[in-house]
Amino acid sequence: MSFSKTSSGAPSGRRAWWNRFIGSVRYSFYVMFHPFDGFWDLTHEHRGTLAAANFFVILLLISRLLTLQHTSMLFLRVYWPKVNIFQQCASLLLPLLIYCVCNWGLTTLFDGKGTLRDVYMATAYALVPYIIGSLIVIPLSNILTVEEGSFYTVIVSATAAWSGLLLVCGMIQVHDYTLGKTLLFLVMTVVGMAVIIFLMLLFLTLVSDGIGYFISLYKEINFRLN
Amino acid sequence: MRRVLAFTAALLLLSLWAAPAALAGDGYSYVYTYTYDYWEDMRESPDAYRTRLMISGGSLGLAGGLKTPQGLFVQGEDIYLCDTGNNRVIQLRLNADSAEVVRVIDAFTGDTEPLTFNSPRDIYVTPEGDMFIADYNNNRVVRLDKDLNWQLSFTKPTDATFDQNISFLPRKLVADVSGRVYVLAANVNKGLVKFEANGKFTGYIGASRVRYTWYDRLWRLLSTKEQRAQQEAFVPTEYENVALDEDGFFYVVTKSFNESDLTSGEAEPVRRLNAIGDNILVENGASPVIGDLQWAAGNTNITNSGPSRFVDVTVLQDDIYMVLDSTHNRIFGYDQQGNMLWAFGGVGNSDGFFNRPAAIEHMGQDLIILDEAGSLTVMTPTEYGRLVYQAISEYRRGDYGASADSWTKVLSQNGNFDSAYVGIGRALLQEERYEEAMSYFKTAQDRKNYSEAWRLHRMELVEENIGIIFAVVAIVLVVPPLWRRIRRVIWEVKQAS
Repeated sequence: MSFSKTSSGAPSGRRAWWNRFIGSVRYSFYVMFHPFDGFWDLTHEHRGTLAAANFFVILLLISRLLTLQHTSMLFLRVYWPKVNIFQQCASLLLPLLIYCVCNWGLTTLFDGKGTLRDVYMATAYALVPYIIGSLIVIPLSNILTVEEGSFYTVIVSATAAWSGLLLVCGMIQVHDYTLGKTLLFLVMTVVGMAVIIFLMLLFLTLVSDGIGYFISLYKEINFRLN
Repeated sequence: MRRVLAFTAALLLLSLWAAPAALAGDGYSYVYTYTYDYWEDMRESPDAYRTRLMISGGSLGLAGGLKTPQGLFVQGEDIYLCDTGNNRVIQLRLNADSAEVVRVIDAFTGDTEPLTFNSPRDIYVTPEGDMFIADYNNNRVVRLDKDLNWQLSFTKPTDATFDQNISFLPRKLVADVSGRVYVLAANVNKGLVKFEANGKFTGYIGASRVRYTWYDRLWRLLSTKEQRAQQEAFVPTEYENVALDEDGFFYVVTKSFNESDLTSGEAEPVRRLNAIGDNILVENGASPVIGDLQWAAGNTNITNSGPSRFVDVTVLQDDIYMVLDSTHNRIFGYDQQGNMLWAFGGVGNSDGFFNRPAAIEHMGQDLIILDEAGSLTVMTPTEYGRLVYQAISEYRRGDYGASADSWTKVLSQNGNFDSAYVGIGRALLQEERYEEAMSYFKTAQDRKNYSEAWRLHRMELVEENIGIIFAVVAIVLVVPPLWRRIRRVIWEVKQAS
């Protein structure tokens, strides 16, 4: 896996890797409370690992699935016939992927110091408060009543806001930008994401039309031959 | 980079493969009776009503048959119907398996002109037998006593609030106990035209509010005076029909609304008006009271497409009401809280189907539906329908245990019926069996009641386990400092030695 390339010392077996992985996961707590320092060291001092970033993304997927399955009916109603686990995962992974690619592509053109790997790691580490928040509210939702629902919404929105702030700090440190430039490029990234999604849809439609053409051609020939 | 590309491709493939397959539905089967569940999915239901009797002009032996009959009213044992096309009113009486004509009213006596009807559209009869008849093309409402002596005519108001350029064309009417008459007249959109018992016009009741959206406002602001004059006027909607309930409130239905306002609950095609004209209809159901929740939108090439459009309403006991829809010719039943009980009917000529339904009335629990094509259908509740009525009325009486038993019987016939789950759950709640109640409310997706049951159950849990809770809190508070102290002592001992 790719993290072996980035590990600082010489790879010294499974145990060393494991220790480094655990250390980089625990480092996310430091990042949460010391965002500027934390994000700087995350990439520049190699305190974070891709493995930990992947771990957080997987945790995000798991927390989404747990939320669907175990949140109380009072706060979330799930129409199970329309729930598709792959779609749920894709609805988290695809935006994440597109965001990273788009942000990296744009900032590279404008003096951004971060690589794609750095952007991905910073984003994944920034997600940690949100993941923790969503994992906390699952049992909480089963304790609260509707009247006490504000606890639920406050925790969800506060952790989401925390993650958002972390993302901004992360982008500042990764790209070595000012705050204004970071915010500008976050907006630009959103625009870029829309463009990418539009192009992807266009591409998919064209491809499916193309395939449809050949299928109908095949059908027609088949029909004539018989 | 190659790994990233492979990953993206795999994800794309995965998301394509995982695209949800359309739920397969059998487009050919026709469900006569159904309800909707919380998710607005149609759920088959046992039949709540079946046809007891079909009455036509021929079967009554009426000369000229029934020609576009419009108005229907039930008073006691008698059915009054306006044979509009033949300019007469017919009084019927129902027997077990037939109906007989009591009298044909086509003229009356008294000091007025004319003494006949011209397109009578609606009739209202008081318990004493006084009749109010909307004599459409004679521009009047006449009051006759039970021996057909003319008493009073309610004619076009001379008031400035009534547009003097239009004729007074009374379409539908009701009267209250003190003899006041409330008339729905054609081309009048200010609500119900109200006349005192002495025939004096005293204003309007229940004009529907006019809704501007911010977009409408902006558009009007930007247009010139001439353009504004050409634009569609913002006028309140006209009501289609009116009925009185046992408490003297008006139930009105309207056909004019924006399709897009229906599902949001803003259209309010069915309203219950109080004396000052506010809509006080309770809509606590999972969906607003709009009839069908799913319809083929936009395609006007298909006949009978689009949302339900109600032409009449009737209010039974316990504030249960039935509305008659002219899009799919269905009848929708709602309970007092606005939960749909059932929908049944359809377009056709067989029993229980209608061609051009015009009016609905009830006699006890029986429903009488008037078809403009010239027939009268009498429908009677099945065992299932009676059980639902029984369960609702037992709950309203406060007999929760009996109500739960009835709901259980309903459930055994129709496991798709959310109201039954809620009914049982509420009875369990009254009996302080919170945990069981919760499971019923959960099945019916009833958030409000579930939350209440859970609050009470949680209180029970806390009371039962108060010792354990205190113990856990104490341990959490006491153990860490204690542990720290012990470690410190150990460390000091080590230092000393």
